[in-house]
Amino acid sequence: MKTFMLGWEFPPYISGGLGTACYGLTKAMDKLGIKVTFVLPKGTGNPVGSVKTIGVNDSLTAAQFEEFTNISFRVVSSNLRPYASVSSRVHANYDVGKALLELAGAGMKLGPDNYTGDILAAVNKYAEKALIIAGADDFDVVHAHDWMTYPAGKAVSCQSQKPLVVHVHSTEFDRSGEHVNQAVYDIERMGMHAASKIIAVSNLTKETIVKHYGVPPSKVEVVYNAVEHNGDGVCHIPAEKKDKIVLFLGRITMQKGPEYFLAAAKKVLQVIDNVKFVMAGSGDMMHRIIEMAAQMGIGNKVLFTGFLSGEDVNRAYKMADLYVMPSVSEPFGISSLEAMNRNVPVLMSKQSGIAEIVTHALKVDFWDIDEMANKMIAVLKRPQLKDNLSKNGFHESNKFNWGDSAAKVKNIYEEVIEQAKSKEKN
Amino acid sequence: MASVCFYFQVHQPQRLRHYTIFDQSAFYLDEHKNAEICRKVANKCYLPTNRLMLELIRKYKGKFKIAYSITGVLLEQLEKFAPEVMTTFKQLADTGCVEYLCETYYHSLSFLYSKDEFIEQVKAHRQTIQRLFGQTPRIFRNTELIYNNGLPPVIDQIGGFDAILAEGADHILGYRNANFVYRPPTSTKLKLLLKNYRLSDDIAFRFSNRDWSQWPLTADKFAAWINSVNGCGNVVNLFMDYETFGEHQWEDTGIFNFLRHLPKAILRHPDNNFKTPSEVIRFYPPVDTVDVPYTISWADIERDLSAWKGNSMQENALAELYRLEGKVKETENPDIIDIWRKLQTSDHFYYMCTKWFADGDVHKYFNPYDSPYDAYINFMNVLDNLDHSCSEAILKKPTRIYELVAERQSRTSNDNVANTLCFSERT
Repeated sequence: MKTFMLGWEFPPYISGGLGTACYGLTKAMDKLGIKVTFVLPKGTGNPVGSVKTIGVNDSLTAAQFEEFTNISFRVVSSNLRPYASVSSRVHANYDVGKALLELAGAGMKLGPDNYTGDILAAVNKYAEKALIIAGADDFDVVHAHDWMTYPAGKAVSCQSQKPLVVHVHSTEFDRSGEHVNQAVYDIERMGMHAASKIIAVSNLTKETIVKHYGVPPSKVEVVYNAVEHNGDGVCHIPAEKKDKIVLFLGRITMQKGPEYFLAAAKKVLQVIDNVKFVMAGSGDMMHRIIEMAAQMGIGNKVLFTGFLSGEDVNRAYKMADLYVMPSVSEPFGISSLEAMNRNVPVLMSKQSGIAEIVTHALKVDFWDIDEMANKMIAVLKRPQLKDNLSKNGFHESNKFNWGDSAAKVKNIYEEVIEQAKSKEKN
Repeated sequence: MASVCFYFQVHQPQRLRHYTIFDQSAFYLDEHKNAEICRKVANKCYLPTNRLMLELIRKYKGKFKIAYSITGVLLEQLEKFAPEVMTTFKQLADTGCVEYLCETYYHSLSFLYSKDEFIEQVKAHRQTIQRLFGQTPRIFRNTELIYNNGLPPVIDQIGGFDAILAEGADHILGYRNANFVYRPPTSTKLKLLLKNYRLSDDIAFRFSNRDWSQWPLTADKFAAWINSVNGCGNVVNLFMDYETFGEHQWEDTGIFNFLRHLPKAILRHPDNNFKTPSEVIRFYPPVDTVDVPYTISWADIERDLSAWKGNSMQENALAELYRLEGKVKETENPDIIDIWRKLQTSDHFYYMCTKWFADGDVHKYFNPYDSPYDAYINFMNVLDNLDHSCSEAILKKPTRIYELVAERQSRTSNDNVANTLCFSERT
């Protein structure tokens, strides 16, 4: 079995959970013996705004991926940047959306390339290149991760007459709340309707898909993300440090709820003094949040590290007494699982996909500042609570296995391939 | 001859309201939720089952007998939220076929932590039963059938008891079975009645389980199992939660019909009868001594304390709670002492159990918390506040004492100076 996979970020060049998920899933599929062609955009290397570039660089070599035996990586040059900056940068331009829809619908002809420098133009270009790569390739199924690859996915599927699976790691409603970008929404909708099956990363995401995109529930399968197991023992001994550390790790954007984290921090500091709040990440709200912390008079207690990657992420987890994920809308929340796997107690918002399956973590409504602070204080004050959460959380996180996720994806492939065959016969 | 000895545990805790570290109020209980649950269980279980028991007792004219242990914390709630249930329990007491047992008023684990507190709670419960039902209990059952060799001497010390109920756990009985009266090695007077957990659990847990090979369980089938005890036992102790009827096993499982037909099916065999615990020990002499050096209980499959003391949060909450004992009692404030005792109810610690949490299970029964962690956080916040209340109450007290001292001094001018100093130091 061979899949033509369309993604937009992959380690080591990642900015969030999507790259992590693609990596984990692909590696596990490799182990199952599924052949994968993974098409990635080429990054520009220029950080735009506060969002880091994540595309795969020219310097990417086969050596970096030698752990994969069945997978070939194809890199196309297009300036793809995922996530939040999209909706703030792209004006809802119906023509763009329409052009993309036509592109995808026709499966051959590409729209006018008037939007260079624009995210939608990059999406366009990516689709164009993907079509060329696909033309010279042979595969059984097309698998597209999130909206930027949906036009490419639909185009490749039409050209090759192979079934399309779209994988929803987040929707425009998660990223932009009420201020949905129409063009992006249209692309998402188009991708979901073109697909034979939709993979959602949680029931929460499945509900969004069914509610907002007019998709029947039977078409959506939930496949949870997992965690790359950390391997190091049950308990780490933190180095002697004066202050307790509460960690926020993620993009500092509306979706991640950084202002709720700050508001809760303020309340915690009214009760406990020896605590620091570390906000690791960058994003379009970063400056506002720094100012907010200062205005609240807790500027000296909140530390901003900027975007962290690799070993720095591990170090941040190691230092933390508590990891908080206050997301307003989180389709899955892979970082919580990572924290649990590193023996860090987790407080997660109930508005996350992971909250529906994880039991050994604290949960709170993102808007409930009092309760968030209440739970933060409890973990900082009570060693027994911290110990039980980290011990049980670690064990629970080990149950999330990419092998299981990959096996489910494989079943979905088999199903859509079977469907496509029986359609052909008729 | 096989006697059937039914004993039902009747208990609902007084649940705590959501209480954060920022709360200041001295109201810890969730009156609304407690009232709601109490009325719900009253309508689904207590009322219909009590009425059925009354009907059966009248129908079999003294041949059908049962025993109850109703906790003090539930009795308080029934009086407030479901007085009609109290009426039926009183009617049952008046039949002469119902025996009321004694336990700790607050359904607490005090036996494991504070002997003084334990004794006070047992006495308080005995008085309450006397007052409400006009009979003085002579049989003791500890919270969740928690038992070890240390319990009989304490019960002897309180006095007025003839027997203790305990779990008929295999590992304490060895080759023996639970269908006899036993003695503890640590008391000459007290006897032990041990629960036949297989037959008890057939009703309490397996009754509606369609995967069970014996499903559906009929009264006749169950009576046949009782009959087979003839020759290898004197008594079958069927101990279970009263909520089995209508609540754990819903009415549509046929549990009430089963109960309705059970007396007739059992009495059909001429050697069978029903006895209350006091009758059992009067009628059958103890056959052997049962040594229980380690603590047992009737909870979960482990039959140990792990449901309440299985993780460090539970241990910590219990230790902190009983550490407050001296301070609480020093306040001499009845409200503070009462709420501290209500915090002792074992359910609060049961909610903190992480043993089976991930699978979701019986620990969920009317559990007000989403997770054991939430239970711990909430409990500790309440305890923190109670601790502060105690400090305040004690601070306020010396002024009153000061006045008393001054009074006394005016009466006897050559009063002990050291005594006065002692009080003034505290102000």
